[in-house]
Amino acid sequence: MPITDHQEQKPVKLRARNLDFSYGDKKVLDGISMDIFAEQATAIIGPSGCGKSTFLKCFNRIHEVSSEVRVAGDLEIDGVDIFRGGIHEVELRRRVGMVFQKPNPFPKSIYENVVFGPKLFGVRDRDILDGIAEESLRKAALWDEVKDRLKESAMSMSGGQQQRLCIARALAVNPEVLLMDEPCSALDPIATAKIEELIFELKKEFTVLMVTHNMQQAARVSDYTAFFWLGRLIEMGPTERIFTNPRDRMTEDYISGRFG
Amino acid sequence: MNLMQKPRMRMKPQALARWTDRIMRCVLWVIAIGFIAVLLIFVGAILKQGWPVLNLGFFTKMPESLDAGGGIKPELFNSIYLVALSLAVSLPTGIGAGIYLAEYAGQGRVLRFFRLCIETLAGTPSIVLALFGMIVFVQTLGWSFSLRAGAMTLALLNIPVITRVTEMSLRSVPPDLKEASYGLGATKLQTILKVLLPYSATGILTGVVLAAGRAFGESAILVFTAGTNVSSRFPDFRLTAPGESLAVHLWYVTSDGTLPDAREIAAGTAAAMILVLLILNLGVRFIDYRIRKRTR
Repeated sequence: MPITDHQEQKPVKLRARNLDFSYGDKKVLDGISMDIFAEQATAIIGPSGCGKSTFLKCFNRIHEVSSEVRVAGDLEIDGVDIFRGGIHEVELRRRVGMVFQKPNPFPKSIYENVVFGPKLFGVRDRDILDGIAEESLRKAALWDEVKDRLKESAMSMSGGQQQRLCIARALAVNPEVLLMDEPCSALDPIATAKIEELIFELKKEFTVLMVTHNMQQAARVSDYTAFFWLGRLIEMGPTERIFTNPRDRMTEDYISGRFG
Repeated sequence: MNLMQKPRMRMKPQALARWTDRIMRCVLWVIAIGFIAVLLIFVGAILKQGWPVLNLGFFTKMPESLDAGGGIKPELFNSIYLVALSLAVSLPTGIGAGIYLAEYAGQGRVLRFFRLCIETLAGTPSIVLALFGMIVFVQTLGWSFSLRAGAMTLALLNIPVITRVTEMSLRSVPPDLKEASYGLGATKLQTILKVLLPYSATGILTGVVLAAGRAFGESAILVFTAGTNVSSRFPDFRLTAPGESLAVHLWYVTSDGTLPDAREIAAGTAAAMILVLLILNLGVRFIDYRIRKRTR
């Protein structure tokens, strides 16, 4: 059973049961069982190489694009198995959006970046696309900064703006879950603060699952925190409890900075 | 005693590194300038000799076979038409094969063989391709010396180049752009069409220009497949028409020797070819500039 002490009334959005994961012969995740609740922000912390990014990416199967991977165990979204439940990976990725560690806008205009997803799904109507673009950029707290230069290249933006553009781009396909893989690690403190504020807003509407190296960040923005170590889930619980009263010795050592 | 003096003799490592840097910079400058100079002298000599011949009549008259004062109108047309026809075959084939190799192909034995074939084709001397084209297209298929036989054989020359350059350009797309596309729910085909190809467009374009330039200047292949005659009609778009190109004409008039003004015709033809290539390259640079400006 997952190691949690939630009294949450929110439904479980994502569920992992005994998830094993390997790249070739290298085992990265070992028997992870975890529940992620709808409309909450869940942060995964842990030292480098503990498998937290890998775990995150399992939920939209993005690493299957470039590597040979082996997965055993169950992953569910809304109770439907991700691998065997008949959800096509393209459909899955529309429902489970992703923001990457490094901002990765397309070398196109700001506008074209945001409407990339909707266009993939066949939205052609200019007015609808304009509406989606504005709504997504507003949700990503970027609209006021870019509304007069939507035709400019996304490459002309600052790193923080680029990352918010990537968030807007992910929101434009109306996902249910937002995966964020250390979304602030390439940003300065001011840009980081903006993204954190944004996550705080986004979790009211979306299920947010994020990986972070920064424990203060986890404490500030997340409702739940999970601690990973060497491919295992050591402890998971409400963020406040994890940081004030960890039950596992290793969690305590890690958050108090004694290793990692 | 000796040991005490040695350090004074040596340069400090940092100073040495700075000097090496300066010297290397000079060497590279000299190489670059020398190379550009050779090129300028070369192009200059051709243009200088050909310039007096280049007038409107030269471009608008039919060639003569015994008298002086012939033009190159059909040859110029054939050269451009042949390149266009060959690209019509080699672009879809080469780009398609490049996409397959970069995005779809695995690591199997069949694939290694396929790659070997492409590399061998890329390294095949053009005279071998010429004889192959003559046997297959001209004789076996009975196409005779024609534009279609020439264009098909030129396509064989260009397909491996375009395949290779497409594969390389696609592989150079940063993986995080690919992930971004897949992450938004794009299929493989959508990712290729909307992200990978636009991003690598300038690289592929450069390769295509190289291939087109090579086809434009190719003579051996066309002597044996498109022939050394031109149609009496102009312009003759029929694929079965004989298709002497500029490069073949240049070779033919200088080696045949029946023209009294063979030297002048050859000089003018060479200059005309250089000019066409110059215009082609400038045009492509311009397109390339426009693409870059739009995307980056």
